[in-house]
Amino acid sequence: MKSYPIHIEPFGKSAVLVAWPNQVEESILQDILEFANNFRALKLEGWELVIAYNSITMIQNDGILDFGEIKELILECHSKPKAENQKKERYLWRIPVCYEREFGIDIDEVAETLNLSPEQLIDQHTSQQYIVYGIGFLPGFMYLGGLPSSLEIPRRAEPRLNVSKGSVGLAGKQTGIYPQDSPGGWNIIGNCPIPLFDSSRETPCFVSVGDKVQFYEISKAEYDLRIIEAEVGIYKLEKLTIDA
Amino acid sequence: MLKVLKSGFFTTIQDLGRFGYRDNGVPVSGAMDKFAVKKGNQLLENQANAAVLEITMTGPTLQFEAPTYICLSGADISPLLNQEPVQNYQVVKVSKGDTLSFGRLNCGFRCYLAIKGGFKTPEVLGSRSLYVPVTKNKCLQKEEEIAYEETTSFIPAISEIKIPDHFDGSEIEVQRGPEFSMLSDSQLAAIFSKPFTVSEKNNRMAYQLSELIPGHTHSMLTSGTLPGTVQLTPAGRMIILMKDGQTTGGYPRILQLSEEAICKLAQKKFGDEIMLKLL
Repeated sequence: MKSYPIHIEPFGKSAVLVAWPNQVEESILQDILEFANNFRALKLEGWELVIAYNSITMIQNDGILDFGEIKELILECHSKPKAENQKKERYLWRIPVCYEREFGIDIDEVAETLNLSPEQLIDQHTSQQYIVYGIGFLPGFMYLGGLPSSLEIPRRAEPRLNVSKGSVGLAGKQTGIYPQDSPGGWNIIGNCPIPLFDSSRETPCFVSVGDKVQFYEISKAEYDLRIIEAEVGIYKLEKLTIDA
Repeated sequence: MLKVLKSGFFTTIQDLGRFGYRDNGVPVSGAMDKFAVKKGNQLLENQANAAVLEITMTGPTLQFEAPTYICLSGADISPLLNQEPVQNYQVVKVSKGDTLSFGRLNCGFRCYLAIKGGFKTPEVLGSRSLYVPVTKNKCLQKEEEIAYEETTSFIPAISEIKIPDHFDGSEIEVQRGPEFSMLSDSQLAAIFSKPFTVSEKNNRMAYQLSELIPGHTHSMLTSGTLPGTVQLTPAGRMIILMKDGQTTGGYPRILQLSEEAICKLAQKKFGDEIMLKLL
């Protein structure tokens, strides 16, 4: 396994930013996840770790940090072999999407721009396993990597004032799901009936950074059923363990 | 119960924040001016994390349905208990049926109402702070009833403090942010040589500053952000993230406010001037 150079710097008085090379690479994310596992294995109090693409923001909630001390600890965790027993399981999540026109309001336009039929577009969108490089922007919003270049399309010229919860969109090199109603400029091709964020659950966002996501197509009838399940809180997700 | 007769401009319930869910994209939330909250809760001899009301600009009208003790802190919005003026930073006994209302905003922007024992609304993900979609509502609704415990007798060790308003003055202290080194001399000069005005786009998520500085074309991968992170948009707009601010962002993080600076900024409103000072 490759280990990358890291850059450590203070971020305010109670946080530290650790940056890996400025690239979107699964092997970099892997390195960050292993570092995070090593750090968690120390079982220190009050830390929150926010991973996104090539960086990890480490926040100490209980007070002010001694930067010199924490830097040494970070270097130690980074050079240490991975803590096997502390390894966090990684999953491939199968996420249902209904691509019917009622939800996929831009699908015909997008397909035309990309020189694809809507069926080809759905086929390509569902054939990939996307890596979760980060969660942020909104609670439960996943930054997904690995979109086929044939599906790259610019954002809409004018953002919409409201994109509905569950909308699945395309924008540039990204695809993703709006976890709640929100303004937004992505091209909407479908809708996911499963809540991406549920504050009544102990882990409100079922996906973690480093997991993978694959979409599959469902009919309107199945969508309606999944919505009812979600409303009463009995929805279940299909997941497979990934051997990282 | 505390009955909300009028909700005011934007009144929320806050404690010190919701920790441990930033990796789910959940902001920390919590009181914008932690300093003011700390003082109010200390005078009432509450736990530091006891929930308070955060009252923004225009106060609500509230009726107490059980006796207790309260303490107001932060902004001065001319508070009245049964139409009689009361002071900030003072423990005040209230009786069943008493009404708390507010008048003119004299100074600051956010006032805190602490109550003996704290407000007892349900905790969601370890905090009582309102934030949609973690909680159902983002602010108090008219006719809503907020739970608290009755207290009939309490002798405070200190019943009143005189504190200089910690939010006087325009100076906001900042540290270098992770992308500070991308700033050019002309950008640095623009940031630190003149005051900025708080724009009308200011809320619990972020404060935007009205004046632009020279823009940039720096592109970066999305990375973590904190309350107090100053982001710079390509157009040269500075956006200061606050307590409900997003946990990650893609704009360069040029500066970082300390917790004290966040408290001070939280008491500024549209049109107020601030002067950034590098520590």
